[in-house]
Amino acid sequence: MIIYGTALLSICLLLGLTMGRILGNLAGIDADIGGVGISMLLLIISCDYLQRSGRMKPPTEAGIAFWGSIYIPIVVAMAASQNVLAALQGGAVALLAGTLTVGASFAVVGFFVKAGSSNSPAKG
Amino acid sequence: MPSALQSLEIVLIKNSLLVAFAIMGSTVWISYFLSDRLTRGRLHGSAIAIFIGLVMACIGGIITNGKQGIADIAALSGIGLMGGAMLRDLAIVATAFGVKAEEFGKSGLMGVISLLTGITLSFLVGGTVAYAFGYRDAISITTIGAGSATYIVGPVTGSAIGATSEVIALSVAAGLVKAILVMILTPFLAKYIGLDNPRAAMIFGGIMGTNSGVMAGLAATDPKLVPYGAMTATFYTGLGCLLGPSVIFIFIRTIFG
Repeated sequence: MIIYGTALLSICLLLGLTMGRILGNLAGIDADIGGVGISMLLLIISCDYLQRSGRMKPPTEAGIAFWGSIYIPIVVAMAASQNVLAALQGGAVALLAGTLTVGASFAVVGFFVKAGSSNSPAKG
Repeated sequence: MPSALQSLEIVLIKNSLLVAFAIMGSTVWISYFLSDRLTRGRLHGSAIAIFIGLVMACIGGIITNGKQGIADIAALSGIGLMGGAMLRDLAIVATAFGVKAEEFGKSGLMGVISLLTGITLSFLVGGTVAYAFGYRDAISITTIGAGSATYIVGPVTGSAIGATSEVIALSVAAGLVKAILVMILTPFLAKYIGLDNPRAAMIFGGIMGTNSGVMAGLAATDPKLVPYGAMTATFYTGLGCLLGPSVIFIFIRTIFG
């Protein structure tokens, strides 16, 4: 049944978000720390378990894969509901702070990616 | 008797999520068509779709003066639900299906280093810009720096340390500028920074941190990288909210008093 897959996915997300909030509360903030990441790990672990024990049926997989495959239109909808106007009207401080941070971050990503790969000869 | 147009409007408002599916499906179709015909696939269809989405958001903002882009138009409110946190998180977690847990483990330490570097860097650059524009108090400098992390870290930090509403609004705007630029620039800069493997995507997610920017930016670059970037980015906002009003604020306060 396809719904088994979607149910499993939903349970992983609900559990993961709850654990993320608990982590946040333990750290003393009213926000979630890593909820989505924890959910992803829960999904990977539970799917792995089901596959090993032979209980993962193709329809169950389809109930998960469907949501992953409509990820792009969901992201487009997310972009369409951003407060873009506020970003454009934020004035020079906001524009510059945002832009320079992004520029510096891209540079550091490039540096980290290259630094790491030259240290590991296995990657050649 | 209501006119045909009024009837249509009633149906659209009552079924707003279906309207969203229809509009987003069409947008993606048009984008892939344009990508194929105009750029011969060089500019990824999803990059064009995300750009069209941002333009829609801008139009929505101009028409309604609201905060949710195109979703503030009643008949299009389903776009807000479709692109909201619930379905977005569901889809992003689903992208992890089929990924091996070891993949995350291999670059785990690098992910943590990237997160701490990314958060520090944002506060540093954002705070420096605030200083350059004449802000001299530790509260405003920290808040604008926090906004440069993400548009959630900004207001959370600002309210925690007592920033003015004007400074908090600025921090949200800075975070939005960051998210939008990451969405647009990532597919163009990916090849220059080596963003073409899971490890690089985890570094990227940790340093950029802005969830929406990272998720859309990677989708527009290579959808296979999405779960890796999302994995680290998901820790960024929480860590930023944790470090901003505490360690980072105390550090900035010792400098500026």
